[in-house]
Amino acid sequence: MDVLVYDKTFEGFLSAVFYVYEYKLTDVHICKEAPGTVMFGKTIHIDTDEVKAKRVWDGLTKKLSREGLQSIYHAYLADTLQEEDTMLAYIRHALSSPRNIEKDYSNFAVLRLQRVDRMVHRERHRMKAFIRFKLTKDNIFYDGIEPDFNVIPLIREHFEKRYADQQWIIYDLRRGFGIYYDLKTVQTITITFSEESQGADSVLWMDQNEALYQTLWQQYFKSTNIASRKNMKLHIRHVPKRYWKHLTEKSPM
Amino acid sequence: MLFVVNANYFSFMEKIQAKLAILADAAKYDVSCSSSGSTRKNKDKGLGDTGSGICHTYTEDGRCVSLLKILMSNICIYDCAYCVTRRSNDIKRTSFSVDEVVDLTMNFYRRNYIEGLFLSSGIMKNADYTMERMVLIAKKLRTEQNFNGYIHLKSIPGASPDLMHAAGLYADRLSMNIEMPTNEGLRLLAPDKKREDMIVPIRQITNEITQYQDERKVLRKVPTFVPAGQSTQVIVGATGETDRDIMKVASAFYDKFKMKRVYYSGYVPISNDNRLPALGSQVPLLRENRLYQADWLQRFYGFTTDELLPETIPFFDSEIDPKLGWALRNMSLFPLDINKADKSLLLRVPGIGLHSINKIIEGRKFGQLTWDHLKKMGIAMNRAKHFITCAGLSEPTRDLTEMQIKGLILAGSSGKFLLHQKQLSIF
Repeated sequence: MDVLVYDKTFEGFLSAVFYVYEYKLTDVHICKEAPGTVMFGKTIHIDTDEVKAKRVWDGLTKKLSREGLQSIYHAYLADTLQEEDTMLAYIRHALSSPRNIEKDYSNFAVLRLQRVDRMVHRERHRMKAFIRFKLTKDNIFYDGIEPDFNVIPLIREHFEKRYADQQWIIYDLRRGFGIYYDLKTVQTITITFSEESQGADSVLWMDQNEALYQTLWQQYFKSTNIASRKNMKLHIRHVPKRYWKHLTEKSPM
Repeated sequence: MLFVVNANYFSFMEKIQAKLAILADAAKYDVSCSSSGSTRKNKDKGLGDTGSGICHTYTEDGRCVSLLKILMSNICIYDCAYCVTRRSNDIKRTSFSVDEVVDLTMNFYRRNYIEGLFLSSGIMKNADYTMERMVLIAKKLRTEQNFNGYIHLKSIPGASPDLMHAAGLYADRLSMNIEMPTNEGLRLLAPDKKREDMIVPIRQITNEITQYQDERKVLRKVPTFVPAGQSTQVIVGATGETDRDIMKVASAFYDKFKMKRVYYSGYVPISNDNRLPALGSQVPLLRENRLYQADWLQRFYGFTTDELLPETIPFFDSEIDPKLGWALRNMSLFPLDINKADKSLLLRVPGIGLHSINKIIEGRKFGQLTWDHLKKMGIAMNRAKHFITCAGLSEPTRDLTEMQIKGLILAGSSGKFLLHQKQLSIF
């Protein structure tokens, strides 16, 4: 089995798909990083080629609806799952079938891709919910997050619409980039954190009223709970522990 | 708080925090947290945008926190036995000012803590005095702050039609909690409250919503009016009504007043009143859960109350869900062929939900579905397998009696409410 290694970009992945068709590979594995050893076959590094990528995408556009195309992109954003082989199987099924296969739930790649799509959707939804802006002295509402998947591209529009009258930054600490809204447009940014700002939510850079509202929010979270109905299992299912460190209400008062 | 030099600032903060602790605590028995159903869009680059609703966090009891749910005041002229803020209860009383509620809502929303405000209140002086202040809060948020988040106002029984109308223009949802499912229950526990004082405003809003919707069909520039509709809540287990009584009342609210939701709130003992379950008695969580299941079955699966709870069976079975209960009483309709059965019939199979049904219907156009497909679709096979057939080897459960199937299903489940698992080993 041959292994195709691409450069972690979406165009790179599509270039790898192009390569599969160009050389009529059947037994193939696409991944972001070269595996240590490959038993029977060779490792090929794919050059990202925008023209080839576009040809694959155009081909898919003829076979799939917007939702179908989106689900391939979403599986790509699920960068920690390594679903490239599912994506390839889905693409092959789509291109070889005379009719639209998006709802062909008798096909395992379709079922799996739909599941991955749902996982990405859930993470995106969580980030819409779990962002906790802190007002800085520069009058910018800031939050640093560590999502399971690369969902910032998927939540940008939501925050742009909702927080139209305040400046804000959402920063993916895990992937090292973020988005900044300056009251006009949203731009992609990277931040070099200084030594002092390392204590992530340091009072040094917070607006003087910020701590007040954080305390009020913590108080509200505590008071709105009904102790005689306590159900930690359900609580943790909805708010998994890995998100706690960025949630104001789960920090000590 | 090192940078704060002003001592007044501390006392201000403490005052607000103390009020919030009391007025959030008193509002928490209202179980509704819904912030969906409205499509209020961001206007003129203001704050907020309302859509499908987001639960921003969950409390330790596992309930969604989507709105800042508070009482404006816990001062109340009424003395309803089931309510913590009843007049005769010896508790600390406090009220938020209009501006305090506006400030809290705006600042919580700006930090992405909430989808909006759910404002309720004890009845200060009289119904209209209270309702007017609540409407003023909503009005200030909409007109002065250009706030486009979600606003749910809990109307005050007996509020005048003018105030109800004004509330409808600023709020996304209005609710009026009927609390006691039956008239007898209301008379017993809330002697100051009249059912009519609740029904009249509900009916007014139902009619006005229809009117505005009709006008919008003709004219484009009609303002929104309670776009997320109305809801109500009934307390479960405070008085002696049956599940069937409760479901009948709920159905009437859905049919007659086109309610978006009826909420069921298991009674949390809060008083030593001998008309009520004693302090320390169990909150009827399982019963509440069964009622929600039945509510869903009626709204999305085409079941009627009489099917789920015939006159001879006034309560739901605690061990199995209402859909499974119905299926076991109607074994002659099963098994269904997954590759052929109509949607209306598939909806009635235990263990298969709406999403899976859509997948089955789309999937079978491409080929015969097997057990393996069904498992991958996420169907609860433990329950479903007794009621269906499909391509491939069938599970050998034919010709089992109703009791045998129930036993098999219970033996294979691990639900949080399962109490009698051990006794079932006889199967």
